[in-house]
Amino acid sequence: METIEIIGAFITLIGSVFLLLGSIGLIRMPDVFTRIQAGTKASTLGTLLSLFGLGLIYLDIAGKIFLLIVFILITNPVSSHMLARAAHYIGIKKADITVVDKLSTFRKNEQNNETQKPEAK
Amino acid sequence: MKIKSFIISIITLFVIWVLLNHRLTPEVFISGAVVAFAVGLIFCNSCDIFNDLKLTPKAFFYSFLYILVFLRELVKSNFDVAKRVISPKLPINPGIVEVKTKLKSKLGRMILTNSITLTPGTFTVELLDDRIFIHWIDVKSENIEEDTNMIVRKFEKYLEVIYG
Repeated sequence: METIEIIGAFITLIGSVFLLLGSIGLIRMPDVFTRIQAGTKASTLGTLLSLFGLGLIYLDIAGKIFLLIVFILITNPVSSHMLARAAHYIGIKKADITVVDKLSTFRKNEQNNETQKPEAK
Repeated sequence: MKIKSFIISIITLFVIWVLLNHRLTPEVFISGAVVAFAVGLIFCNSCDIFNDLKLTPKAFFYSFLYILVFLRELVKSNFDVAKRVISPKLPINPGIVEVKTKLKSKLGRMILTNSITLTPGTFTVELLDDRIFIHWIDVKSENIEEDTNMIVRKFEKYLEVIYG
């Protein structure tokens, strides 16, 4: 076992710890949005570190691993954004501890403006 | 200036092809170059997404700085969210806040919102022109200006130089 393999294995271990924390967060969080936070976010560093460690262990496929990291960095935020946007759009109930929701206020104002315009004509 | 977008697309496709093959023999090089050119020609006829990219040395330097800043934020906020998850009281204070961006280009805004989403603790719910609605796990203030300073500014000052 070479030193670089041990380092790689250690980095992969740290990554899996982050993935575990993300899963715990998925169970403990109260509503959809905070679950997206815990589920997809604590796991970004987890996935990146796991892949990076694998790249160190198998140096001959490091290029493909790098490509995987780039694709995860591109697709991960898009998917969690779309989930959150759809959830907000259909009006999923938010947790009671939610402090402020400016998007709902904004949407309500816009709807009021739209309904008022035809009446003004 | 469509030609710039076209060339950047071809180079991106070619680099992905070479990384997937993981070697650079003549047949890989030639087939990759031909296919990348053909795909670029067919699908990048009217794409203008890369036109906002500035290719000056300063922009390259700031791209490098941006990656460093982004990685630092990623690690910092990952530890923050992990700490919240394992503490017994679950100290969260969630809410959706509004911030404003100064960036004009589409690509710059896309990278900004994706960076915000990738850093744990904040993610973008909606982007309407220059208003970004962000779900924040620990709302510190409801003022637009203060939120913009706390969430957006650290990324924006680098992206401003790169994308204008």
